[in-house]
Amino acid sequence: MNAPMVHAEGVRKHFGKLQVLKGIDLTVERGQVCCLLGPSGSGKSTFLRCINHLEKIDGGRLSVDGEPVGYRPQGTRLHELREREVAARRRDIGMVFQRFNLFPHMTALENVMEAPVKVAGTARERARDEARALLDQVGLADREGHYPAELSGGQQQRVAIARALAMKPKLMLFDEPTSALDPELVGDVLDVMRRLADDGMTMVVVTHEIGFAREVGDLAVFMDEGVVVESGDPRRVLAEPEQERTRAFLSKVL
Amino acid sequence: MTTTHVGAPHTGAPLAPDTFEIVPVHHWGRRLSAVGAVAALAGLIGSLAKNGNLHWDVVGHYLFAGLIFDGLVTTLWLTAAAMTVGLALGTLVAVMRLSDNPVLYGLSSLFVWVFRGTPLLVQIIFWGYAGALYHHVMIGVPFTGVTFFQADTNALLTPSVAALLALGLNEAAYTSEIVRAGIRSVDPGQTEAAHSLGMRPALTMRRIVLPQAMRVIIPPLGNETINMLKMTALVSVIAAHDLMSNIQDVYGQNYQVIPMLVVASLWYLALVSALSVPQAWLERRYGRGTARGAEISPLRRLCAGPLTALLGRTHKEEGR
Ligand SMILES: Nc1ncnc2c1ncn2[C@@H]1O[C@H](COP(=O)(O)OP(=O)(O)O)[C@@H](O)[C@H]1O
Ligand SMILES: [Mg+2]
Repeated sequence: MNAPMVHAEGVRKHFGKLQVLKGIDLTVERGQVCCLLGPSGSGKSTFLRCINHLEKIDGGRLSVDGEPVGYRPQGTRLHELREREVAARRRDIGMVFQRFNLFPHMTALENVMEAPVKVAGTARERARDEARALLDQVGLADREGHYPAELSGGQQQRVAIARALAMKPKLMLFDEPTSALDPELVGDVLDVMRRLADDGMTMVVVTHEIGFAREVGDLAVFMDEGVVVESGDPRRVLAEPEQERTRAFLSKVL
Repeated sequence: MTTTHVGAPHTGAPLAPDTFEIVPVHHWGRRLSAVGAVAALAGLIGSLAKNGNLHWDVVGHYLFAGLIFDGLVTTLWLTAAAMTVGLALGTLVAVMRLSDNPVLYGLSSLFVWVFRGTPLLVQIIFWGYAGALYHHVMIGVPFTGVTFFQADTNALLTPSVAALLALGLNEAAYTSEIVRAGIRSVDPGQTEAAHSLGMRPALTMRRIVLPQAMRVIIPPLGNETINMLKMTALVSVIAAHDLMSNIQDVYGQNYQVIPMLVVASLWYLALVSALSVPQAWLERRYGRGTARGAEISPLRRLCAGPLTALLGRTHKEEGR
């Protein structure tokens, strides 16, 4: 049971002729916060989506908590997972999107309760209590009856985090969670994420928030054009990068 | 309503009173045209009422006659049943057309092509006289001679069943396109979010995508229902006794064509008006969470509309 939470070896992915991931190697241990950085179009989102099988990899190996993503090993064979098995694996992996993707026809509370009730089969009463506790945890206890359209971007993103946490995931994926927010709303979302990291959640975070990566990250990974250019302790990678490409990118972001 | 007093500006010329009365714009043209239109309408109604050729006594006599009432009931259940079949099957076909499976896609496209591409009247006659094409209906394993179920076609395809089949299948072809457009209007990010929570595709469709698609689907579906109400009249060719068939039966005997058509029109108008109530309710229900979810009810707008036009007031509709 000591397999790393995320383990990638030579992961490749292409869309048509476009090679988006050209052999990604990455290991995220339990309880670690891994920050993925890199210019737009370098394949960060694609890699993140591969981790919970929203995209299927074309080559290499990718496993979450010791289990290959999308496959069930049996002897020397890898059996492709059925729809229901894929769904079952995804329950353990929370995902937070740049554009929140809250369900607009449901209130904040209903958004958080939906998966526990409909997927995990939790009793409504219990799911409601747990959802309220989660909304409280992200500082939105007083907004449970609001529809997403009635919430600010920062509030929506915090509801989205609560919604992902409701399935009690062992791994959380964040795809530029603060990029669509007004600057003054970024802090609240980052605070929630920081607390989550302090509680020991394993996280892979695509972000341009260098400060967050430096303070909270255990591992910084710089990607460009589908490859990992440089990775290691954020305090080193971000302060004194070895690669020219990393340096060029950081000088633009900072 | 608008407030009638506002505070004086802090800058600018020193004005004596610290509040101003707001004088609304008077829409003289609007008032005049409203009065004119109402007068014209009153004249038309008056002349219709006095026109002896319309035989209002005949209209009155048949409006609530038993035969007409029976036809009305048939029209109503036929509409409801055909729309139910159309919506259920149409949703299935829409999902098939959006599927990655080429066989499902091909079959559903073929279905839409055939049932949308041939005249409804032909389809009704086809189902009505299917007994002449196939004397027996059986369900079994093809090419093996194994049968589980066998029946005489004419016993199975009564005029009512044939009418329902024809209308339902035709409706499904149209509805599937409406539903497909509705499904495609939903942001793909919704499906991804649902999948990432461990929801399977069928559950995602039912709980996340379709409820959001409904907002786009309901208005054209309201149109379809109104159309269906009137299209049921076509089944008179296979002797299914809907409202229009019975009206035709009556004027076939008493030759009061125009009054009987007035009776029919009054009833269709009444039914269509009644339909707008559930439609408005559905639109509001599925509009939840959108900015326009709390729109004013159409009935209130209708009641308030002519009055405000006449009085020349133009207060903003407020969505509580
Ligand atoms: N579904 C897709 N189909 C085709 N191309 C895609 C798709 N998703 C991403 N891409 C392409 O893959 C590249 C990497 O995209 P992405 O992973 O979103 O980068 P990043 O998140 O680092 O900005 C881009 O060139 C993008 O256009
Ligand atoms: Mg991205």
